[in-house]
Amino acid sequence: MGFLDTLLGRTKPVQPKLDDLFALPSAAVTLDAGAGFKPTGSGSVCFRPVEGRSFSDVQKDVQELLDVSSGKEGGLPVEVTKDSYGFNWLVSSRMSDELDALVTDLHAVNSSLVDNGFGPQLLCTLVAFKDDQERRLALVYLFKRGTFYPFAPLSGERRDNALELQVKGVIGDDLKFEPDLTRWFPVWGAPGL
Amino acid sequence: MAARTRYAPDRGLTVRMTATMFLLGLVFVAFIAAIIGIGTAYNASDAAIVLFAVVLGGGFAIGSLFYSDKIALRTAGAREVTPQEAPELHGIVDRLCALADMPKPRVAIAHSNMPNAFATGRSADHAVLCVTDDLMRRLTPEELEGVIAHEMSHVAHKDVQVMTAASFLAIIAALLIRFAFYGELFGGGRGRGNNQNAALVMIALMAVSIVVYAVSFVLIRLLSRYRELSADRSGALLTGQPSALKSALVKVSGQMSRIPTNDLRTAQPMNAFFFAPAMHLAPKGSLAAIFSTHPSLERRLAELDKVQQQLNSRAG
Repeated sequence: MGFLDTLLGRTKPVQPKLDDLFALPSAAVTLDAGAGFKPTGSGSVCFRPVEGRSFSDVQKDVQELLDVSSGKEGGLPVEVTKDSYGFNWLVSSRMSDELDALVTDLHAVNSSLVDNGFGPQLLCTLVAFKDDQERRLALVYLFKRGTFYPFAPLSGERRDNALELQVKGVIGDDLKFEPDLTRWFPVWGAPGL
Repeated sequence: MAARTRYAPDRGLTVRMTATMFLLGLVFVAFIAAIIGIGTAYNASDAAIVLFAVVLGGGFAIGSLFYSDKIALRTAGAREVTPQEAPELHGIVDRLCALADMPKPRVAIAHSNMPNAFATGRSADHAVLCVTDDLMRRLTPEELEGVIAHEMSHVAHKDVQVMTAASFLAIIAALLIRFAFYGELFGGGRGRGNNQNAALVMIALMAVSIVVYAVSFVLIRLLSRYRELSADRSGALLTGQPSALKSALVKVSGQMSRIPTNDLRTAQPMNAFFFAPAMHLAPKGSLAAIFSTHPSLERRLAELDKVQQQLNSRAG
């Protein structure tokens, strides 16, 4: 934020960075090879809804668009859930080997929100992974920073920090990782995880 | 492609705030000029008093800025909480920080019978955000989020720094009034030939300082009110839910005007950084409205209506 903005007490809303999301499919291959985690095929986009008709219209359009595209390929329709913090999650479920299609779905959501002027409302995107022992892991993409971080929830709102750091070690070079550990904020009970 | 924006700055507010700061700057320049004038016209040794006041006032301002977080937490009787102790509160702050791309402030809870919140700290990295437990009890999660977004906007706008800088002048003027007053009382024993001149200098200094103090006091309050409106605006744009903040404001100020159980004097020093002032809301246009640190509820609601329309605009 510039000096003038500080003086005048205004904030410019931060626009999301979308392109780094496409690095995900290749990183998933490394993740499987290095740590044994495979994508579950589900992913979600989390955004802050804006009150009023304009935003709900945009959201409805996105949903219909995704339903049509996944319906053609025999997939499940997208799901919208609202969490306890008042954020909306659009969940897309694909087959586990369709990570490319999943990322395209997620990107469609992001770009339609941005095109309609609601880019600053995007919070994060989450892609779910699982290993043979059914351990859960999510790669979370922070739109505002354009960085990834891992999130491995255990039961009872605890997280597996060791696993998260291990994942960082495995794919830290493939993805733009969030260097500031204080920004690896947890997303408890995130849909699609 | 340049995405269209729904987040244009409010021009009217910008203009009014610029004008206020310009006036403050003008007062500052006039003050310096008057002091130099007085100093050169009479005895140069009186310049030492002014210099002393500037150094002391500057030290005081920098000290209060540097320790603002500790002082504020101590005054409010607040305690820092970990994510395990207050998961919902930390969850809200986490998300808002990710949404606004800000470093996460420390989070504290104050035990109080008044629903309120404040944010302070010398920089975004040293910021601390505090809410009272009563606020968390009374507000729904959406309303609480609106209030926290307002407080985080204060951090983003560096309001503590700006207000400290703006108050610097008033601090110096207040110190000079005091020095001149005591100088007048005890100045007779200095054993110089120009006692009468020295007395005149002191009286002139005191008069100028009083005027400067009064004018800058009103301007600082005006600036504070504009910055509250800015924070309301940025907070509502951040959450996308201006109506949640509106309902929080109504709830909080409605409760405020009812009888609180805390002594009002204990809440006084913190007022400038509170979400809503602990004192009763001033009616529009009254003298109390000029001295108030926060805009009236009606004014805040009207400004948030504008945000609501802006977010919902079709043409963008």
